[in-house]
Amino acid sequence: MPYLVVLLSLSLAYGLVGGLYLAPPDYLQGEGFRILYVHVPCAFLSLTVYAAMAFFAVSGLVWRLKLAFRMMTESAGIGALFTFLALLTGSLWGKPMWGTFWIWDARLTSELILLFLYLGTMALHAAIPNRRVADQATAVLVLIGFVDIPIIHYSVNWWNTLHQGSTLRLFAPSLIDPQMLYPLIAMIVAFAAYYALVLLLRLRCVFAAELGAR
Amino acid sequence: MLIALKQFLLMDGYATYVWSAYGIVLGMLAIQLFKPWKRWQKLLKQQHLPTDE
Repeated sequence: MPYLVVLLSLSLAYGLVGGLYLAPPDYLQGEGFRILYVHVPCAFLSLTVYAAMAFFAVSGLVWRLKLAFRMMTESAGIGALFTFLALLTGSLWGKPMWGTFWIWDARLTSELILLFLYLGTMALHAAIPNRRVADQATAVLVLIGFVDIPIIHYSVNWWNTLHQGSTLRLFAPSLIDPQMLYPLIAMIVAFAAYYALVLLLRLRCVFAAELGAR
Repeated sequence: MLIALKQFLLMDGYATYVWSAYGIVLGMLAIQLFKPWKRWQKLLKQQHLPTDE
């Protein structure tokens, strides 16, 4: 955990200084584009955490790993917050750029559905008193909801949307200047380290409480 | 120096949107990080173990 704290602190410090000060203003969006440095990491983590939950769900259902189910349920709250923040910061970006806080655009709507999926998994797990049944039912819901992940990712390609296309590309050169790109990568690393850290802190509390109760 | 700071804070007219986005994100993430840490300290206290506080 100390390594995660160091990674989080260093990458967040560089990401914030780079994003707010070192990166030049965008030629079209001016200084308003700096919202990207919190919006993109939140959106990226909202998808990544759900993909991780689907992996934990499969691990729990196939190999009957109790730890995997715990990791799945403890991830839901973190993912829900990232999704909520992605929608909120997207609205704060949308108002000056598009002239509106919200529009029923394919990317925005599918991301909102993801938020409902997170809340649904949390509600379902809380509603079933039997822990084993709750874990299995939630895992099935997580796997059904996974269909939303490629829809969110490809929504900007499949439909005409106000939301811009992908600027960060894994297997091709990114459509963003390196001066803007490096702080963005640092912020994504910081948010990923944050997810791992909060998940470990939550799991530690869950297991300590269970051991104390025995 | 002060002019540069003022320009930085004003964000070319986007200050409301930029600073509120950063404030809300960092604030809510800090709260989410603080909650399990606080719960852990409470658990340690219940079991009479030394805390980080």
